[in-house]
Amino acid sequence: MRLTVNGTPVEVDAPPMKRLLDVLREDCSLTGTKEGCGEGECGACTVLVDGVAVASCLVPFAQAAGASITTIEGLGGNHPLQVAFMREVGAQCGICTPGMIMAALPLGPKPSLAKVKDALAGNLCRCTGYEAIYRAIRSAWGEQAPT
Amino acid sequence: MTAVGQSVARKEGLGKATGEAKYADDLTFPGTLHGRTIRSTVAHARITGVRLDFDPAGFTVVDHRDIPGSNHIALIEHDQPCLAAGEVRHVAEPILLLAHEDREALRGATVHVDYEPLPVVTDPEASPTTFKEILIEKGSLDKGFAKAEVLVEGTYRTGSQEHVYLEPNGVIAVPEAGGIALYGSLQCPFYVLKALKPVLGAAVANVRVVQTETGGGFGGKEEYPSVIAAHACLLALKSGRPVKIVYDREEDMWATTKRHPCVVRHRTGLTRDGRLVAMDVDVVMDGGAYCTLSPVVLSRGVIHAAGPYRCANTRIRGRATMTHTPPNGAFRGFGAPQTQFAMEVHMDRVAERLGVDPVKLRLKNALKPGDTTATGQKLGDDTSAVAVLRAAVKKSGYNRKRVSLKGTGAGIGLALFYHGSGFTGSGEVMLASTVALETTATGARILVANTEIGQGTRTMLAQIVADALGVPYEQVEVAQPDTSKVPDSGPTVASRTCMVVGGLLEKCAIAMRARLGGMSPSAWHANRGPLRLEQRYEAAATRQWDDATYRGDAYATFAWGCDVAEVSVDPVTYAARVVKFTAVQEFGRPIHPAMARGQIEGGSAQGIGWALMEHVVLKDGAMHNAQLTNYIIPTTLDTPPMDVIMLENPFGGGPFGAKGLGELPIDGPAPAIVNAIRHAGLDVRSIPALPEVLHASPPLDPPPPARAG
Repeated sequence: MRLTVNGTPVEVDAPPMKRLLDVLREDCSLTGTKEGCGEGECGACTVLVDGVAVASCLVPFAQAAGASITTIEGLGGNHPLQVAFMREVGAQCGICTPGMIMAALPLGPKPSLAKVKDALAGNLCRCTGYEAIYRAIRSAWGEQAPT
Repeated sequence: MTAVGQSVARKEGLGKATGEAKYADDLTFPGTLHGRTIRSTVAHARITGVRLDFDPAGFTVVDHRDIPGSNHIALIEHDQPCLAAGEVRHVAEPILLLAHEDREALRGATVHVDYEPLPVVTDPEASPTTFKEILIEKGSLDKGFAKAEVLVEGTYRTGSQEHVYLEPNGVIAVPEAGGIALYGSLQCPFYVLKALKPVLGAAVANVRVVQTETGGGFGGKEEYPSVIAAHACLLALKSGRPVKIVYDREEDMWATTKRHPCVVRHRTGLTRDGRLVAMDVDVVMDGGAYCTLSPVVLSRGVIHAAGPYRCANTRIRGRATMTHTPPNGAFRGFGAPQTQFAMEVHMDRVAERLGVDPVKLRLKNALKPGDTTATGQKLGDDTSAVAVLRAAVKKSGYNRKRVSLKGTGAGIGLALFYHGSGFTGSGEVMLASTVALETTATGARILVANTEIGQGTRTMLAQIVADALGVPYEQVEVAQPDTSKVPDSGPTVASRTCMVVGGLLEKCAIAMRARLGGMSPSAWHANRGPLRLEQRYEAAATRQWDDATYRGDAYATFAWGCDVAEVSVDPVTYAARVVKFTAVQEFGRPIHPAMARGQIEGGSAQGIGWALMEHVVLKDGAMHNAQLTNYIIPTTLDTPPMDVIMLENPFGGGPFGAKGLGELPIDGPAPAIVNAIRHAGLDVRSIPALPEVLHASPPLDPPPPARAG
């Protein structure tokens, strides 16, 4: 089956009901996407499917046919959100961080606090109490233009 | 520029934010099998038969007869089997292990276990089996009560709590030349090593334990990883292949340890002007089916049970008992949140009875430098109960809101608390931790067994070493905890990593600096070869503790906190909601202010969850809501805005004045919230304070006649 992962077209041979999460982690070797609960509650496995943040543990691979998937690896490693999450200590243990960043990505630069809370309501963090995550997202872009 | 006190760039770099950081489930080894645990479905029974209902070809099957060494998980007692032999004592107890290279085949295998039921105990207060009893006595209770003009009694209950580290337990056991390497998500590599050795016995010459990036612990990865590690090693030993066991969320919640449920009874005597003259406290904790760490959880719980108050006549009795539920274990705070919840809710009831302001009552009785605690520990100059209380009242607008919110259905409440830094009593002396520091081509490397689990261990220790050694922070690196390479610097628990391990590293760095004689570590390394120094914990001559009588200096020192919660109660649904939270905490001095603030915010959120929504539904000894769908932890929409103030009061015995911080923040939120609910007009004495609990609570407005009990 063909799909686009982080901008690159790929052909993956996997059972249609295999979770997109497992396809990304096992067939594409992209282990940045994490499993926290396997039932769509924690958001650790959040990726963008055609620009929309979804829990990849709830998506059967068949549903991702032809879609464009963006994972944390697709951000390149020096994205303003990634830098800000470490600087502001929005990442403590880090296991929710890739999903948090993917959920925050569609918000674009300098979102209001209410919008951030709403966008992240499906992403659980047990370390930070969320305050540092808000600080990271809201300060991420600083002087930099969004990429 | 010095590193300590600055929010320097963290040692983990960007890896956690880019997906490059490798957690246990991210690691792959050629030929890896997946492991699965077959667990009991009943609370107490004799096992009369085990039947494999699948074709065993391609499977590795392990039961208790495959254990080459001794069938126990080594901890305080050796009562917990690695795999049940003839009897199970709790639901989810491991009986059999399976491994297969295909996860689906593994999942599809069914095993039938026949049981002959045995009597089940689920009430800790009615249990005939006690793991540990502790008695703390100070002064004379009889004399104290004789002086009392007012008597207030009360019973307070706290529920269980699941850790919900976002990364479930996971390990990989990898056979290697001469032994087995165990990689895993864990807090205490040497605890796991000490548990693996007796299980594997002479069959495995060399065992080493390596911590992988760990997605949260909160105590949940203190002792439990020994169990899953032993299971993976047994499967690897029998199959000769690497074996990975990663629990899914349901198994992790259903089978692993939780916070000890607790019942605390207070009987308190005061003079009419509000001076504490007698405190009688009784604590019962539910240990679950095996002893695990219950004696030490109880110990910290009872030592903190009289709160941060001065009282000449105190008796605290505690016991941890056995029930047929999965063993309870370490959880941030380690017994102290339970007992301080009771103390602080009780204090607001005492204030109400006396007709005095809760702040004035606390100010009158709060511990000050030179006072003694219930164990007789004389407090030093770094005693900040009054300072944190005054700052929290001021910052939160407590006095004003206490008046303005009255009768509105909302309320404001506070809690004053403290937390001992490091192991209790003679614990650190017995641990005798050792740290090491070595030169490298680019600077110095820290060798410790203490783990980064989100709290910032690597960064914080490197800051301390950089300043003590006099080198730039960037030149200090931290070795990955691998028991074959690092010394045993003790577990990453008990708010000890910064104060105790950081303190040892500071000494080690000072010694190295003296040896280098002005040369930089990298220059020494290039010119004279590698230099490695060790530092071992030495008992402080000034600290006295008697384990038999529970008298003396229970902790090296204490950190102090006062939390204020502003709560609204929905008049229709009875749901309580924290709308504003203020935390004022003194822990000596923050080494990395941004990370320290994160500990306070995160610990407070966990406390808010424990207080209002986290409900472990136990039925017939099993957790019946073992999913994140119906075990609710705070989301962005449940967590209030937080004001955090870090007061400084350096402690001479800690590195650069630092004390322990990790656990302190979870002691305060629950009582502050319940006291705010009380201010809103409902008499709640147990948590979680779910809507149904609030609905069933007697209204206080207009205040009912004072009642005992």
